[in-house]
Amino acid sequence: MRVAGKGLIEREKPVSFTFDGRTYAGFKGDTVASALLAARVRVVGRSFKYHRPRGVLTAGSEEPNALIEVVGAKNQTPNVRATVQEVFEGLVTRSQNRMGSLRWDLLAVNDLMAPFFSAGFYYKTFMWPRAFWEKVYEPAIRRAAGLGSLSGRHDEGHYEKAFAFCDLLVIGAGPTGLIAALTAARAGADVILADEDSRMGGRLLSNGETVDGQPGPDWVAAVLAELSSLPNVRLMPRTTVSGAYDGGIYGALERVGLHKPARPDLPREAFWRITARRAILASGALERPIAFPMNDRPGIMMAGAVQSYLNRYGVASGKRVTLFANNDGARAVARDLMAAGVQVAAILDSRANASAVENCPVYLGARITDTSGRHGLRLIEGHHAGGAFKLETDCLAMSGGWNPTLHLTCHMGGRPRWSEELAAFVPMEGAVPGLVAAGAANGTFTTHGCLAAGHAVAEAALADLGLSPAKVALPRAEGLPYVVEPLWAVEGKGRAWLDFANDVTTKDVKLAAQEGYASVEHMKRYTTQGMAPDQGKNSNMGALAVLADATGRAIPETGITTFRPPYVPVSVAALGAGGRGMGFAPQRFLTSDQASRDRGAPMIEAGLWYRPSYFPKPGEATWRVSCDREVAMVRGAVGVADVSTLGKIDIQGRDAARFLDLVYTNTFSTLPVGRVRYGLMLREDGFVMDDGTTARLGENHFLMTTTTAAAGQVMRHLDFVHQTHCADWDVRFISVTEAWAQFAVAGPKSRALLNAVLDQPVQDFPFMACGAVQLGGVTARLFRISFSGEQGYEIAVPTRYGESLFRDLVAKAETMGGGPYGMEALNVLRVEKGFITHAEIHGRTTAFDIGMEKMVSPKKDCIGKAMAARPALVGPERQQLVGLKIATGTPPCSGAHLFTVGDKVGREESQGYITSFAHSDLMGACLGLGFLKNGRARHGEIIRIVDHLRGLDLTAEVCDPVFHDKDGEKLRA
Amino acid sequence: MPELIAKPALEKAPLTLGTCRLEAVDLGPITSVALFPGQEKAMAKALKPLGLSFPDPNSLSAKAGVQLVWTGREQAFLIGVTAPDFGAAAAVTDQSGGWAALRLSGDKAAEVLMRHVPLDLRAAAFPPGRAVRAPLGHMSSVVIREEAGFLILIFRSMARTAWHEIEVAMRTLAARA
Amino acid sequence: MRIPCPLCGPRDRREFTYYGSDDYLNRPAPDAGAGPWDDHLHLRANPAGETHDLWYHEAGCAQWLRVHRNTVSHEIYGAALVAGLKGGAQ
Ligand SMILES: [Zn+2]
Repeated sequence: MRVAGKGLIEREKPVSFTFDGRTYAGFKGDTVASALLAARVRVVGRSFKYHRPRGVLTAGSEEPNALIEVVGAKNQTPNVRATVQEVFEGLVTRSQNRMGSLRWDLLAVNDLMAPFFSAGFYYKTFMWPRAFWEKVYEPAIRRAAGLGSLSGRHDEGHYEKAFAFCDLLVIGAGPTGLIAALTAARAGADVILADEDSRMGGRLLSNGETVDGQPGPDWVAAVLAELSSLPNVRLMPRTTVSGAYDGGIYGALERVGLHKPARPDLPREAFWRITARRAILASGALERPIAFPMNDRPGIMMAGAVQSYLNRYGVASGKRVTLFANNDGARAVARDLMAAGVQVAAILDSRANASAVENCPVYLGARITDTSGRHGLRLIEGHHAGGAFKLETDCLAMSGGWNPTLHLTCHMGGRPRWSEELAAFVPMEGAVPGLVAAGAANGTFTTHGCLAAGHAVAEAALADLGLSPAKVALPRAEGLPYVVEPLWAVEGKGRAWLDFANDVTTKDVKLAAQEGYASVEHMKRYTTQGMAPDQGKNSNMGALAVLADATGRAIPETGITTFRPPYVPVSVAALGAGGRGMGFAPQRFLTSDQASRDRGAPMIEAGLWYRPSYFPKPGEATWRVSCDREVAMVRGAVGVADVSTLGKIDIQGRDAARFLDLVYTNTFSTLPVGRVRYGLMLREDGFVMDDGTTARLGENHFLMTTTTAAAGQVMRHLDFVHQTHCADWDVRFISVTEAWAQFAVAGPKSRALLNAVLDQPVQDFPFMACGAVQLGGVTARLFRISFSGEQGYEIAVPTRYGESLFRDLVAKAETMGGGPYGMEALNVLRVEKGFITHAEIHGRTTAFDIGMEKMVSPKKDCIGKAMAARPALVGPERQQLVGLKIATGTPPCSGAHLFTVGDKVGREESQGYITSFAHSDLMGACLGLGFLKNGRARHGEIIRIVDHLRGLDLTAEVCDPVFHDKDGEKLRA
Repeated sequence: MPELIAKPALEKAPLTLGTCRLEAVDLGPITSVALFPGQEKAMAKALKPLGLSFPDPNSLSAKAGVQLVWTGREQAFLIGVTAPDFGAAAAVTDQSGGWAALRLSGDKAAEVLMRHVPLDLRAAAFPPGRAVRAPLGHMSSVVIREEAGFLILIFRSMARTAWHEIEVAMRTLAARA
Repeated sequence: MRIPCPLCGPRDRREFTYYGSDDYLNRPAPDAGAGPWDDHLHLRANPAGETHDLWYHEAGCAQWLRVHRNTVSHEIYGAALVAGLKGGAQ
């Protein structure tokens, strides 16, 4: 219930939200947890395995129990921590991991079965019979297990990613972080202050202490006012720094829209990649529970959380509160409660020697051995120095001491160091270069100590950054030492929980040790301790201590499991923000794109490019009909295709020809100006990288074309060869793929079509010629090359004229019985002609394999030449390029394997495979290109084709890969 | 004879959201100028009439609306003027139609662009006079700092994606306000 | 991970394409024989510690860099342009 006059919530701003269908009232500044506690809702969830009723345990992101689903119009988010989720008008939440109602969960029967559900239960029980696992056990377990549920629908929410840079990243805005940020900011450093909470201030918002005589929150407000007035400071509330990475990079998850009603364009979360020259880890500490019997009832909470709910949210977590602690610090909780008028039943201090000055019963040497209360704590029992006790209480605030929140210091392999004095692990220094832990995160547990430490590490960081510190007076604050006497577990009859989220008890850990899982990493996996959404933040230390005890080792010897990023659960949607839809990959559009779409062409992806598949005419029912018409059109009249996707590289310099001789297998230094030559490029290991034509535009000026697929790879390769082997040569090259729009004009009427658009008709322009032509006053480049086997040209104009030229060419072609053709026809044309693409030069084929070994010039060196000559890469055992004639009407069978007729169909008997396939009206057959062992010697053989994927079993005749116009008469016409 | 009609790389009306503005601009001629080894003096001489000098990495030289922007080792883009004769000093390549130019301006321009470009583009780290090669999402780009924001060169074929990506970042940032 | 490009300055790893050991810089003579060629292409040390390898600044200046780094600590000591290395072209 609310306590008048307490809390930092905005009481003038009431908010209503729902939980399991019921409407609750809260205030701006409340979390779902604080508002439900204020409404005396005690059971907020069910545990993972036993389905035990659970209440709020903590007041932070480490919460293991109060995991809820947030239901939005477009999203359903499971495992949201009610202690983090802020309330807003219209928020809809519900409990999870229950069957039936939260109060009467049908799966609570699991709790009665608890003796059977010990660690390793699944491993042991569901082993046999084996076949039952998939059909019976696993589905049943899956139905019953798991925390939240998913909607099964696409997450339509909007997410954001962003980059940020700073001199100093301060992680955590408690006293340490605030003073560090202020110290650095006043000195002029570029500072990012990131804090997980919706409100900065850390424990100063909750612990009731004063700083410089002012209430903690007032001091915080004054510091924040100054920081937000400085241009060199970026404040990032609701931002959890989730990981530390190489090079001073930190990942951070910002909750941007999760505390507001959804709005278009408002991201739910943003994932930040922050690059910081220096970082200060001021992430505070986490209070740890005590594993006493039946310690999981709703109403049993962390002491610091009880204090937070009181001081920050104005909520008393119970009517009659008991404190159970092993350290001095926790006493403040009892004092604050009493000062606020909340009854404190008793302080149970586990230590035999401790003060007893509070104005309530204080029992020393106390242990709790049992609790009761089905849907909430009612009674605790135990013993203390004076004997046994039974106490009626509805809220138990426990404190087993504090663990520094040092997770980030372990993200790059750092191992924490055990501090006997604090009975806790503290960060290893220098584990993350540039990052220093300070304050509670470094084991300093007083406000005064935190302020001093924050100030000191900021000054050190300023010195590293070469900045001179500005004056920041160290404020006065409390400095009573933190005294703790470890108490990890209390023996007793009942189960004592370590990991609330995954229902792991002390008994499970002991069992693991007993069964030989004595290593902490093995214990973790055997019991699942630390594997729930809280990743062991509440349980690692306790489980480790119990394991140490069970195996007779000290805690530091027993070791600690590895903390890995992320520190909190990070939604995949946030990590992948911007990567959906159009953000997945850039879309590259041809200049002819709109013209093709205007003609109804379906566009298909070719790498990042969108290319027309075919151009349907009225009445053409299938793509095949259109494709066959387009092929016939090119062979009989003229076709126009946009080939601008081919990579184009402009190469200049006195050594340009020499450079081409090095990267191509064949010679280009002998190519006359005004001529084009086909070139073959190898990788240094002797396999084919790419092919294409290169034109000599001038004595020292070449234009290389690459395939669409390999354009990027070839550029990288040319850069490599140039920079590593001949950086001093007089050669320069640059991609001009985007600068020129290029169109293939192919077919017997291609010259007529060109003459219809060129300022001067084409004359004396033989096969493989190139030169400049004029086109409506624009200088274009003309190449006499063909990828179709027909007389063909490619004409290139500066990109801005591309669309106009394409529309002109197509319009004029149509008056000649021609028109545009798409990728489907282009493929048929090139298969008929036996031209290869990356389907054939797929990275495992050599010049020999594709029948081009004669193109490797014996007169000069080239990249790949030495290795291409290896004995195993030439000879009859190689699979060689062949053509395959198959019966018409055959379905496509690229990828199918080839077998000698009569052979067994097996992996070892495979003679090769099909790489390309086309239906050819021209040849009256279906044509394939493929690789066949010793294929060039097997022309005429009938071969068997088996395609298990498509269920095909066919035969084909092996032949030369060039089906059409073998002598190239049409090309040269 | 047909008349070829020139088309801009991107036909988009300017977009203003809050103080942030995105527009497609026509920069006129863009020419890649790649210095040949040992030709620094000849290059300086050729650039003298334009009042420009060959830029250091990550910077540009500008005068009277013409700029020479560093785009790689011994390579720069001459923007806004027809290239003079560089003789044997440089490999000269017309890039005019190959690049789309977007201008992003406003006081949140750096924040918008840093949604996609993994560089510190804030004025203190990236003041006017600076220009870098950098990825914009998955796209290659040249980012040039101007007084009021940025000039972004992007492959013509990808201009629509670039516009879309920047527009989404603008809308997302505006929605936070 | 950030790589200090000698031309562009420190840049995020996403801008680079990895290739492999700087052994690739020392191309054997064409007639060196199968052994040296095989070593050049395929035989690599796998150091736990300092290493020199080649990265391409694909999203930046398009230069190949020889990066000196540590595979254990992940420290990056420096990077040089391959084009500027003496003896790179052999
Ligand atoms: Zn670079």
